[in-house]
Amino acid sequence: MSYETVIGLEIHAELSTATKMYCGCPTSFGSEPNMHCCPICLAMPGTLPVLNKKAVEYAIKAGLAMNCSITDMGKQDRKNYFYPDLPKAYQISQLDTPICVNGYIDITPGGKTKRIRINRIHIEEDAGKLLHDAAGSSTLVDYNRGGTPLIEIVTEPDISSSEEARLFLESVKAILQYIEVSDCKMEQGSLRCDVNISVRKKGENKLGTRTEMKNINSFKAAVRAIDFESNRHIEEIEYGGKLIQETRRWDDAKGESFSMRGKEEAQDYRYFPDPDLVYIAVSDEMIAQIKNSLPELPAARKERYIGEYNLTPYDAEQITNSKHLADFFEECISCGATPKTVCNWLIGDIAKTLNEKNAEPADIPFSPAQLSKLIELIEKGTISNTAGKKVLSEMFEKARNPEEIVKELGLVQISDESALLRIITEVVSANPKSVEDYKAGKDKAIGYLIGQAMRATKGQGNPQIIAKLLKDELDKNI
Amino acid sequence: MNYYDLTAHEIHELLVKKEVTSVEVTNSVIERAEKTEPYIESYLERTFECAVNTARKVDEKIAKGEDISPLEGVPAALKDNLCTKGVKTTCASKMLENFVPCYDAFVVKKIKEQNSPVLGKLNMDEFAMGSSTETSYFKTTKNPYDINKVPGGSSGGCAAAVCAGSAVYALGSDTGGSIRQPASFCGVVGLKPTYGLVSRFGCVAFASSLDQIGPITRDVTDCANVLNSIVAHDELDSTSLDIPKVDYTKALTGDIRGMKIGIAADYIQDGINEDVKKAFLSAAETFKALGAQVGEYTMKAAKYALPAYYIISGAEASSNLARFDGIRYGYRSKKYEDLTELYKNTRSEGFGAEVKRRILVGTYALSAGYYDAYYKKAQKIRTVIINDFNEQFEKFDFIITPTTLSTAFSIGEKIENPLEMYLNDLCTVSVNIAGLPAISIPCGFDSGGMPIGLHIIGKALSEETILRAAYAFEQNTRFNKKRAIVKNKEGREI
Ligand SMILES: [Zn+2]
Repeated sequence: MSYETVIGLEIHAELSTATKMYCGCPTSFGSEPNMHCCPICLAMPGTLPVLNKKAVEYAIKAGLAMNCSITDMGKQDRKNYFYPDLPKAYQISQLDTPICVNGYIDITPGGKTKRIRINRIHIEEDAGKLLHDAAGSSTLVDYNRGGTPLIEIVTEPDISSSEEARLFLESVKAILQYIEVSDCKMEQGSLRCDVNISVRKKGENKLGTRTEMKNINSFKAAVRAIDFESNRHIEEIEYGGKLIQETRRWDDAKGESFSMRGKEEAQDYRYFPDPDLVYIAVSDEMIAQIKNSLPELPAARKERYIGEYNLTPYDAEQITNSKHLADFFEECISCGATPKTVCNWLIGDIAKTLNEKNAEPADIPFSPAQLSKLIELIEKGTISNTAGKKVLSEMFEKARNPEEIVKELGLVQISDESALLRIITEVVSANPKSVEDYKAGKDKAIGYLIGQAMRATKGQGNPQIIAKLLKDELDKNI
Repeated sequence: MNYYDLTAHEIHELLVKKEVTSVEVTNSVIERAEKTEPYIESYLERTFECAVNTARKVDEKIAKGEDISPLEGVPAALKDNLCTKGVKTTCASKMLENFVPCYDAFVVKKIKEQNSPVLGKLNMDEFAMGSSTETSYFKTTKNPYDINKVPGGSSGGCAAAVCAGSAVYALGSDTGGSIRQPASFCGVVGLKPTYGLVSRFGCVAFASSLDQIGPITRDVTDCANVLNSIVAHDELDSTSLDIPKVDYTKALTGDIRGMKIGIAADYIQDGINEDVKKAFLSAAETFKALGAQVGEYTMKAAKYALPAYYIISGAEASSNLARFDGIRYGYRSKKYEDLTELYKNTRSEGFGAEVKRRILVGTYALSAGYYDAYYKKAQKIRTVIINDFNEQFEKFDFIITPTTLSTAFSIGEKIENPLEMYLNDLCTVSVNIAGLPAISIPCGFDSGGMPIGLHIIGKALSEETILRAAYAFEQNTRFNKKRAIVKNKEGREI
């Protein structure tokens, strides 16, 4: 029996406004607990919220970048529930008038374009954080994050695999970074996602029983969680188990999901319009202004790279998925480097190193000019390709100029023909057997001789020149 | 002359003429408070020393020949739901028994900017929920006209203090009648401004879409002066209106010739006390005699206003009061094993019965499956009421009703019967529902000598119109001149 998975995502992204959603406190990450708080975000009696206009602007920017329509008169609603990290005991969110609706993002799984529809994007405020002490005897609350503006992006159930989910998440992240409304740092919690998932037999119209998974903290975790959960659903169906509609918690360390609460225990949030706030009036002029301020978005940039630089769609996507990487790429080109070569370095060795270091493109320690210089050194034959990789890894350690590293490590390639010829003559006279073999038509022998010559140059000889000189030398003796 | 009996504008005149000092006035009011408080119990927290310091500053200013503003040096007091920096703000609740805000409410800042000596914080119904101050966790304030009777509520402490002479004026808050009903019961003037005219920042919220802060004073002139000092746009309140500044005292011309007055006939039929009815009808005659035209009208949704009010205010309160959870400030139960118990016990022990009743009603009205039948329907009634008023104001310049259908009732008489207590708000709630301005002014006394209030309602932002009408009425009736004679249980003047 074959099944299809139906997935919808709810993505929370923290907006990178300077101040919180409803007060003037800074949103910066990493301060001492409760240093970025005031009577308003601590919900002291009598205090009132005033909406941060920048947050609205950022949300609209995100909506426009994701092809949404913008709501001209949105309201804000209270979502009521008790928890110590929520000082007002309600979160200000948007129930039925989200600021952006009906958008989409196109992804290209397996090279084919697929449209993932976005149901809505709404604004809401983040909660604080509970800190449990090691002994487990007490719990403290840090309200620094409380009141940070968020957008929640809700997709239609258009995603059918973990791979599509990953591509979609990467697109969302790329767009948010391009338009500079969110840092999208998952490890700092500024990008989080919940997954709604169900499976059904191929060809069936009715959706299967849906579960929602929370606590997904990375794209990799999202992929794992989706694979695990869809398999769990299929197994339950195959073996006659009973799937129930419920909320589950993803435990990434264990690689399993666990039941949190069933449908019956679902909380009644008693949403109602927040009477402390007025309608969010968005004018056509404001929308037009924000639209004009949008930068070139990842999809457009990708197309441009394919057309302008002859990159393959795959390569272009790899580069443009990160604004930082794409900017880096373009700066290298303006330094004179060949696009294809820069691309190979960026999505090859550089991506691999970043991955090993668990770092982001923004963490690349050297400049585009330095990478361009490295490429130039290789292309000019000053150093070998292999030496180039060594230099790159040094550049990751210490962001120094490649020439200095080359000099320091003595990696300059010997291309001087007279110097190389001397070595070749020695190699030829020291290996009469191989010379015999070559003359007898055993072409393999030349490989051995090149190897010997390279060894004699401590690997610094230019292999192309050595091969040419060696061949000339042997042929001369025939 | 007893300075504590004077109005703010009378005191201002004496200060300007240097016939009295602010310290003398302030001390006179403090002495009066010390004498009457054992019987009236309007204060929850006294800041007398601080008030005298402010008075001294004002006197120095006067001595230097500097000009003073109308409220400068005039001692005032504040309802205890208005946050005062460094001074306890309890909302008359065990929940906030020891809560000291680190900020001043917007209106408190304004009063302090005026150099009005602040005498302290006044009793109220717990979280402003009630009509008698009997739901206060701390004490019940008594009506200065008869200490066996309630002063009204929830701003009962304000009305009683202004009436008794233990504050010249006070700031209260009005969600369904909480300024006007006690003003009526205590024979003083109480104004509920248009929603959004006065910033709510720092007023501990009961029902955000209905709450407004307003003055309780001894006459209409004082009312206009206090309003002048607290009306301003506030960026910290999203619902605060940003409109051109108005001098409300300019409206006090005494001339209402040609104005059209609507009488809400619904309120002068069933259940109205005969003395109240008589005083009300005679007030209408007074207006006629002053050259106004009087016509009757029937409110379309009159009988739905009260239930809609209790649903909307309850719903908002259930959410507004959720922050009192024992986590960050305020009361926390000593008995708890886990988080749920901490919440449950804190809120069960920290809130009084009336507050819990409203939270339950509100929570129910917002619950899944009931929202449409209650909250949504109440909002529809709200729209009907707003439209009805709009229609009336095409015909009338202002509308009059009795402020309440009876005069002050006895302590303990209604506290066990919430529904009867809620009827106190019958004439006043629709004003809050529609966000309109309304004032209660004295218009007579019942056979037992208890004050009766006249309720004047205007369209949004027509404070000038209702002040003008109130002033004309006051100038021609002088009910405001009467001062309560505070008597002890044995009936002897204290
Ligand atoms: Zn804050």
